[in-house]
Amino acid sequence: MPVSSSVTRLLWSFVLFLGVSFGVYAMFAQVHYAWNWSPALVYGPQLAVGWLTTLGLSLGAMVVSILVGFTLMIGRRSPWVPVQLFCTGAVEILRGSPLLVQLLVGYYIVATALRIGEPLLVGMVLLGCFEGAYLAEIFRGAVESIGASQREAARAVGFDATQTYRYVIIPQAIRRALPGTTGQMVSLIKDSSLLSIIGIEELVKKVESMNSASYTALEGYLPLALAYLIVTLPLSWYARQLERRFAYET
Amino acid sequence: MKLETRQVTKRYGSFTALNGASFQTGADARVVALLGPSGGGKSTLLRVLGGLLLPESGEVCVDDNPLPKEPEAALLALRRNGFVFQGYNLFPHLSALQNIVLPLRVVHGLDEHEANARAIELLTRLGLAEHRNKRPAELSGGQQQRAAIARALAPKPSLLLLDEPTSALDPVMTGEVLDVVRELAESGQQIVLATHEISFARRVADWVVFLAQGRVVESCPVEQFFEQPQSALAREYLQGLSRYR
Repeated sequence: MPVSSSVTRLLWSFVLFLGVSFGVYAMFAQVHYAWNWSPALVYGPQLAVGWLTTLGLSLGAMVVSILVGFTLMIGRRSPWVPVQLFCTGAVEILRGSPLLVQLLVGYYIVATALRIGEPLLVGMVLLGCFEGAYLAEIFRGAVESIGASQREAARAVGFDATQTYRYVIIPQAIRRALPGTTGQMVSLIKDSSLLSIIGIEELVKKVESMNSASYTALEGYLPLALAYLIVTLPLSWYARQLERRFAYET
Repeated sequence: MKLETRQVTKRYGSFTALNGASFQTGADARVVALLGPSGGGKSTLLRVLGGLLLPESGEVCVDDNPLPKEPEAALLALRRNGFVFQGYNLFPHLSALQNIVLPLRVVHGLDEHEANARAIELLTRLGLAEHRNKRPAELSGGQQQRAAIARALAPKPSLLLLDEPTSALDPVMTGEVLDVVRELAESGQQIVLATHEISFARRVADWVVFLAQGRVVESCPVEQFFEQPQSALAREYLQGLSRYR
């Protein structure tokens, strides 16, 4: 990028930041919100624990979601009809029903029936399955966008089906799946807040405890938003770097 | 080499690309040209002959050996052949060198050193040595097609099948690619070539298979086809193509 254009971008960012900040300030001034930051300081260490729980949970769920997403995508493309139907059904049900209900049923019924009493582990898997269903469709779109001529070329050089996926389709599909996958990962981090309903003390739960104990509201929620942005913004940035690394003309 | 098909039929959905195509070349045919109007079945016949497509019915024989129909055996038979397509079909995420090395290693079991050596030798022979680390998008059409030819030649195929290799190229690049094909033919490589370049076919091929509407209309030595075409279709085709050249 030439210097002048990056300077322009920087200047514009600054101007926009100032403008938005002023707008926000004006609105807060209008409603005379009474700030009380002292509980936030007292609860600080608790909030930090919650933040780390959210991070760990999200990281685990990301790994699960990618595995689930990939498996469901392959399953939907399987020539074997029962597998195809099962995976299609799983995607539709996981995507179409509320995560809240999936967590309640998954934890209180399924996990209890299987005698798994570890909420953190169960939460990770349930969240991973939910987001995995979305990823399956993102992956399927990317894989199906690799044209017939590439598949034919793969067969022409003698690749079998597995080699075709491994060496031709997936390396090209990754690049096309990256933007959608990043968005889904950001959603996953935010959706992890719902896991408080199965008793996981993640960040949102900690903030709510603080708020109800000390009659605060935004003093908890604003740092909460910041804590999420600290993770999601670098994630988006890293994804853009990855996209650049995979970039090539077609 | 002797190529033969018996009553080969191949459909794409409701479209019949080959409709009971039967022919047989002489026993010593080395460069076989598939000629005929677009949509006549050249590309499909080429893929069937190379084992890239399995026909719905009919028999394909190379040197009197029928091509296998079970998928696994068909893949093994296919690996003895090299293919070059009209649209080059290189893998866009790999460099020219990697495009050649990867199949050598994972399909043909060469080690990295051998595969690299063979790929570089071929790229040098085809005038692409200095471009070996470029990705397809950084190469001209002619260079891409020569890289595709190098990829097809790398496993030392018994049969090289080229499907209209110059149809997407301008006249200069067409010349580059045809030079390569001619040199290969002169060096003894067995070739099947689907093309509209009839003057090139006349010079390089020794056998012509003429197709129209999914059927083989004529199959004869090259001189006979160009000097005394038997069918009205072939005469029309030749007159149409030679009008401006």
